[in-house]
Amino acid sequence: MPDGAQPVLDVRGLKTVFRTRGGDIHAVNTVSFHLRPGELLGVVGESGSGKSVTMMSLLGLLPSPPADVRGGQVWLGGQDILTIGVDALREVRGAKVGFVFQDPMTSLNPVFTIGHQIAEPLIRHMGMTKAQASVRAAELLELVGIPDAKKRLRAYPHQFSGGMRQRVMIAIALSCDPDVLIADEPTTALDVTIQAQIIELIKDLRQKLGMAIIWITHDLGVIAGIADRVMVMYGGQVVEQAPVRELFANPQHPYTRALLKTIPKLGGARAARLQVIEGQPPIIMAEPEACQFRARCVHAHARCEAENPQRRAIDGAAVGQGHDVACHWTAGAGDA
Amino acid sequence: MLDARATPTPLVQVRDLKMHFPIYSGIFRRHTGDVKAVDGVSFDIMPGETLGLVGESGCGKSTVGRTLLRLYDPTAGSVTIDGTDIATLSPEALRLKRPTMQMVFQDPQASLNPRMTLAEIIGEPLREHTTGDAATQLERVYELMNAVGLNRRFARRFPHEFSGGQRQRIGIARALALNPKFIVCDEPIAALDVSIQAQVVNLLEDLQDNLGLTYLFISHDLSMVRHIADRVAVMYLGLIVELSPRDALYANPLHPYAKALLSAVPEADPAREATRRRIILKGDVPSPANPPKGCTFCTRCPQVFDRCRTERPALIEAEPGRKVACHLFTTPTAGSTGSVEVTEPNQQGVSK
Repeated sequence: MPDGAQPVLDVRGLKTVFRTRGGDIHAVNTVSFHLRPGELLGVVGESGSGKSVTMMSLLGLLPSPPADVRGGQVWLGGQDILTIGVDALREVRGAKVGFVFQDPMTSLNPVFTIGHQIAEPLIRHMGMTKAQASVRAAELLELVGIPDAKKRLRAYPHQFSGGMRQRVMIAIALSCDPDVLIADEPTTALDVTIQAQIIELIKDLRQKLGMAIIWITHDLGVIAGIADRVMVMYGGQVVEQAPVRELFANPQHPYTRALLKTIPKLGGARAARLQVIEGQPPIIMAEPEACQFRARCVHAHARCEAENPQRRAIDGAAVGQGHDVACHWTAGAGDA
Repeated sequence: MLDARATPTPLVQVRDLKMHFPIYSGIFRRHTGDVKAVDGVSFDIMPGETLGLVGESGCGKSTVGRTLLRLYDPTAGSVTIDGTDIATLSPEALRLKRPTMQMVFQDPQASLNPRMTLAEIIGEPLREHTTGDAATQLERVYELMNAVGLNRRFARRFPHEFSGGQRQRIGIARALALNPKFIVCDEPIAALDVSIQAQVVNLLEDLQDNLGLTYLFISHDLSMVRHIADRVAVMYLGLIVELSPRDALYANPLHPYAKALLSAVPEADPAREATRRRIILKGDVPSPANPPKGCTFCTRCPQVFDRCRTERPALIEAEPGRKVACHLFTTPTAGSTGSVEVTEPNQQGVSK
């Protein structure tokens, strides 16, 4: 276990390319970030921004071909897990990192019981016997708030509702007591009242178990309520990174600023017209040499066309530690 | 029409609409029950108004939208659109009525024929319902494409060549082709990215202003409904539980379910999020095939009492212009606003 200062997960310069018949698609471009122990890092972006692909590629979850992790390092528990090989990586997945996917129906196997699926990683990674695993599985189900856990172990996924299936997914992800939990849009497929239940559950489990969490979402509202730190992704790159309150109070990147304005509010004054980000997100067919957001940016200028902006700190801390942004433009007081 | 402003007649009048889907089971496929997707809803929509219809999946909101346009034959009740009862029209009369009422679907991918070009898709209603020659129709297609912000150069392309937001524009252009008065928008932005949602919503609003359209806007996104709707109906398990003007609903929801639903919506403001008190509902929505006796919300309601379990509350006017179906409001003395202002005393639910 790493000590307080040491990050549990440290990703440096990750690059992932998809080889397709139409050419290479550069889905992840030099993404660097780290995760401190016990922290909840929110990753925000639209579909195609590379947020899921980043997390999948660092765990080797993408099929290759077409995916090709071309560069970077992923430090977890003192080793670079991109270099350790398939078998060792399989030990890392499940045992050190738990993954919760968006759609709980397609990520559970319909022909095995819930109990079997929770017990599987326990037997595989923790070396438990079937009987031990079954006892632990019941405990885990109870932990994620499913009543009458022992009986429920014999149920099949289709007998559970969407919210309960997501609870089961969380139980599986937590089964081997991971250091890092990666939740990829875990509440997107759920209704708001069920989403609220799952968010409460995760908050509660965080306090009990103290693991670090990466929460991927496109919903800035969810992030605002749960994250400690937020990373905004656009076009396969990290465009802004800051502690949650700082990001919402003082957004720097034109994309973040526009995104925050484009979502309607539930309370307060009601805008007569929604702010719009014109245009479409890019498809990146080459290693980017210009800013990916320039075509939709209100502050774009000549330099944005000539040079892909690097992340720079805006508060004196090192990049990745405080508030940093990848943009040539500097927000001034009173800017739109 | 000028006098109509003094005493406006609703464009859409729905009365006690029911849509039950039969369940057949056993080897003889006997009719053993019904999924009561919509179990008696009534509401009006004024000309030029946008009524928001919100609720969680399975509450019957999409079924209401589809039954309104008679994509399903309703089990009971009446739907009067622009003076005609849609529910009982003969097939041919219904076909002739179609131009006044159109629909924009949730999934622009699934609702556009992949083998038709954009001009064919948008022109299809024109071929079906108008008599103009091909050149006139193509001119109208260009006009429609222009109205929804699609370049006319795209007319011979296929749906797969477009992004989700653009596809939704195609769906909107098709719905507009016959100058409808009433459009049902069934989750038109649910499949789109946040930055694209605003584009489509602004387009819908512009079209409403320019063409005087009336919308039923079905959505689960309560923030967006607050933006676009004039009045909002909240559905739960096949019934409308609250029907209120937008500002009143968002400022002070009356029905316990509406309260819980609004409190569950996350807001993009960390400071507010930290201090907000959420009402976390326990459990899941019951099956519409076997809804609870009494109030359908009684199994999850934080303010439930005995009467709720035996008697179903009717949708009654609790305040001027606001209707609610809840026993807290059925006896005017016991449940007026005073008792409702109190924030939930029993922090039901912050899960242990």
